[in-house]
Amino acid sequence: MTAVVSAQALGKRYRRRWALTDCTLEIPAGHVTGLVGPNGAGKTTLLNLAAGMLEPTTGTIEVCGGRPAAGPAQLAKVGYVAQDTPVYAGLSVQDHLTLGARLNPRWDAGLARARIAALGLDPAQKAGRLSGGQRAQLALTLGLAKRPELLILDEPVASLDPLARREFLQALMEAVAEDGFSVVLSSHLVADLERVCDHLLVLVDSRVRVAGDVEELLATHHRLTGPRRDPGSLPADQHVVSASSTDVQSTFVVRTDQPIHDPAWTVGRLTLEDVVLAYMSPGAAARPALEAVR
Amino acid sequence: MMWLSWRQARAQTATLYAAVAACAAVLAVTGPRLPRSGAGIFDLLTPGDRRLYFTGLIVVAVAPALVGAFLGAPMVARELENGTHRLAWSQGVTRTRWLAVRLGLTALAAAAAVGVLTLAVTWWAAPLDGAASESRGSLPSRLTPVSFAMRGITPVAYTVFALVLGVAIGIVLRRSIAALALTLALFTFVQIAMPLWVRPHLIPPTTQVTTISEDTIDGIGYHDSDPVPTLEVRGPAGAWVLSDRTVDASGRAVPVPASFVDCDPGPPRPDQRVTEVRPRLETCLTQLSAAGYRQQLVYQPASRFWPLQWAETGVFLALSGLLAWFSFWRLRRV
Repeated sequence: MTAVVSAQALGKRYRRRWALTDCTLEIPAGHVTGLVGPNGAGKTTLLNLAAGMLEPTTGTIEVCGGRPAAGPAQLAKVGYVAQDTPVYAGLSVQDHLTLGARLNPRWDAGLARARIAALGLDPAQKAGRLSGGQRAQLALTLGLAKRPELLILDEPVASLDPLARREFLQALMEAVAEDGFSVVLSSHLVADLERVCDHLLVLVDSRVRVAGDVEELLATHHRLTGPRRDPGSLPADQHVVSASSTDVQSTFVVRTDQPIHDPAWTVGRLTLEDVVLAYMSPGAAARPALEAVR
Repeated sequence: MMWLSWRQARAQTATLYAAVAACAAVLAVTGPRLPRSGAGIFDLLTPGDRRLYFTGLIVVAVAPALVGAFLGAPMVARELENGTHRLAWSQGVTRTRWLAVRLGLTALAAAAAVGVLTLAVTWWAAPLDGAASESRGSLPSRLTPVSFAMRGITPVAYTVFALVLGVAIGIVLRRSIAALALTLALFTFVQIAMPLWVRPHLIPPTTQVTTISEDTIDGIGYHDSDPVPTLEVRGPAGAWVLSDRTVDASGRAVPVPASFVDCDPGPPRPDQRVTEVRPRLETCLTQLSAAGYRQQLVYQPASRFWPLQWAETGVFLALSGLLAWFSFWRLRRV
């Protein structure tokens, strides 16, 4: 597996507060990777470090084989659509395209123009008067027309209404299908990620709780419901992700690549959101980090 | 990158140049009808001319501060405030180059604008600087703090300094309004501190010791509640007098002896003939001189206008360089 992002013991401190501590992870190239985790897990900090907006306090991070923002060549490889999709309010849509063309060596003017036309945006309109969805689309256009090897998107759809959200993710998926670049996309809404991501990384308190291909995560996680049992009594190949019990009944979320034969259990399928929530629950936080798939 | 710099600064730059053009037009219209030379120019000036003279001083004094506050302070701070730095710095241009081009172009544009403005005002005011009449008053000479900083080349250096100061403060504070206010405050402080503590020593001042006599003493001054007056001598024409003190035989600065109060004739009264009091003052001054008292004048002569201009320009460009280095260093850690 080639890694498009690789972090070793990465840490970032803002004055006294550590936003990210001792984070070690790898994100595979050629995938649309969803980065999910609770607020304050360090998602935005991690993406800012990857995009070169921030310098690490400790540890190292490598993106597309280089140090983030090390120089023009490195910057050209990485596209970044920041949180709240910032654009210059006083500049027109056309100004933004000119900006992209002037500042990026691999700028694809045709793609940018076509996208703006497809979106029905007036090139003369000031970006400050665009709707949230249009602004996000403009920011995405800048990121795509740059022709990066890796596109980083930090909560791009967080402030969009459901329709704009769907359109944005649709546009992203079409672009990925055409050009096959790597994407890292953060969100705290698993439903959004499920639609576009084929790889998932759950980050809790700077630690990778689980990482793996979405299909494999779904195939290897099960919900077991049955008479009350101690989690320790489960077979060794069934890893307990989360456990909850009443007086008479136990419910476990387990990860295993073996079939479950114990007739005492009712085995239920999990949605991606169930899997993510199981790993984000406080009970799961006590256990060491896992890497489900290599 | 040059395109983006221009696109983002064109409104402010256009305003700046329009203001300079308006000032230049006013000066061009009013300048040619001013008396250009000769004694007693001051008496030929209309009150309007004098108002314009002082307005010129104020405009040149304020221009660098405005550049620092409105072009410098928001340059990075506004990006950080709006989050657009994440857009700008994720394009294919390093943020060091991004700032270098923006700062460089703005510095050039602002320095040129203020340079033209200063040139126009200096040309307009040249015959008036230091103009004096016997009785009715005078205008400051160009070496005194009132007008030194608004003549020659120093305003250009102030402009560059104010701009870089604004940028540096903006990077640290990350708020354009706060940065704007602090830039104005710090720049004002520097402009006050410079003539008070630094400029007099840029070139060691000249000291002149004068014998006290009726011919050399130009005035007797009283200050606030102090009953003992001070003596004043007339400095060389156009000089910037830094201190004018009475010293005793050993060269220490001392107040005039308290007994001198009785010598001062005070303002002449109508019923008094001036010649009656003169001998008393003259005798007192001779006695002071005999007792070893001298009048010590410390000043910068008028001929040092340009050397001081270059020295001060150097100081401000050096400070600008330091601030620029700090800005680039700090920008990588934003």
